[in-house]
Amino acid sequence: MLASILTLGGIGLFAAVALGIAAKKFAVEVDPRELAILEVLPGANCGACGQPGCGGYAKAIVAGTMPPNLCSPGGAETIEKIAHIMGVEAVSANPQLAVVCCQGDNLKASLKYRYLGLEDCNAAQKIADGPKTCPAGCLGLGSCMRACPFDAIEITSQGLAIIDRDKCTGCQKCVATCPRQVIKMTPASATTHVLCNSTDKGAQVRKYCQVGCIACQICKKTAPEVYQIENFLARVDYAADGDVLAAVAKCPTKCIRDFSTGYPEGSSFIAPNAPAKTPEEAA
Amino acid sequence: MLELLVILVSAVFVNNFVLARFLGICPFLGVSKKVETALGMGMAVIFVMTVASVVTWFLQYFILIPFGIEYLQTIAFILVIAALVQLVEMVIQKTSPVLYQSLGIFLPLITTNCAVLGVAVLNIQKDYTFLQAVVFSMSAGIGFTLAMVLFAGLRERIDLSPVPQSFRGTAIALVTAGLLSLAFMGFAGLVKG
Repeated sequence: MLASILTLGGIGLFAAVALGIAAKKFAVEVDPRELAILEVLPGANCGACGQPGCGGYAKAIVAGTMPPNLCSPGGAETIEKIAHIMGVEAVSANPQLAVVCCQGDNLKASLKYRYLGLEDCNAAQKIADGPKTCPAGCLGLGSCMRACPFDAIEITSQGLAIIDRDKCTGCQKCVATCPRQVIKMTPASATTHVLCNSTDKGAQVRKYCQVGCIACQICKKTAPEVYQIENFLARVDYAADGDVLAAVAKCPTKCIRDFSTGYPEGSSFIAPNAPAKTPEEAA
Repeated sequence: MLELLVILVSAVFVNNFVLARFLGICPFLGVSKKVETALGMGMAVIFVMTVASVVTWFLQYFILIPFGIEYLQTIAFILVIAALVQLVEMVIQKTSPVLYQSLGIFLPLITTNCAVLGVAVLNIQKDYTFLQAVVFSMSAGIGFTLAMVLFAGLRERIDLSPVPQSFRGTAIALVTAGLLSLAFMGFAGLVKG
């Protein structure tokens, strides 16, 4: 009994000492800044920065191959801390949030056929380019919702994806999943978006969607410095300075929406600058 | 000499650790999505298996048997193998960062790999001499690598094939592993034992 305890203990002790010496002798110098940055990063390993995980990103920052402002889940606070560790000026990344550029749910947009297959947009898209007549609209089968690691996307009862900007961290997982590129990244500070993705001509859009952009140019006439029409689709220039809101009321199909008043009906969407809902309102 | 050759063929083909003895299934399924990583893991396993069997062989014949505590074999072997893999990891990290980059993620996986413990225990069970033990463990590692690379090659092709939705991923991988194992059963009888 004693022999076995001593032997096993001895082996363990020997291994421990040997490993201890080896750890000292073969110590690889890790930049202390790398450890400090790893401490600051949220540790979600979401991959929004482009690295597979937070460890890789910390290494890349120290190596100088990646800027310190790519961690969108961490937000401004993390960027500031990393900048402090690296001894550089904090440059805010101008956080980007995802927006579903479509309002054509099953009530407002027409369908080519009834889709009864898998609840998956990528599967539906493979069958005659999806059940929606609009070639670019949201299919509403929730592939993006399942891809979102932050639970920020929900599908309305009428089959339209909506993104809760409070939960969205801008990791772009949904953008990569959507087979129709309906989800676009927009600056978090912007409140007005063109909620249409169809590049068909106006007359055609009218046939299949009540709320699609028909390229009537009214927004462009109202605020020429902010709105452009490209491929029969209005586009907001987020960087431009101008009266963005003026066009919202004038848009005949209501596809330009001011997010500070909420979108769409019955969704949990909260605009970033809007006053928080009181509990009674939320209920 | 012939005896060593028999041990080699037996460990690589007939009694392949993964496909015939069903040891080390976890890395076999876990890191076999790409041929490249499978090869890296295989190389690491060959190396660790050989070193581990050398150390455990000496441990068995110079410590456990003289002290009459063979019954502690399993726990002592686990202890030594885990420490050894840690040591190897440290040394490689220091001396060859390039090799560490390619093996680094697989080395910790090997610490708790039953195939490594299996080879150490079998060396003792079969009463191998030191040279036989080294050849056996090296060829066991080669057999493991062969199985890994073959399987990874199959999986790379399966990824591009029209597999029914419900069979995608692990399901088809397990079916394929079973078929590969059946194929290796064809080697049975080539070598006795």
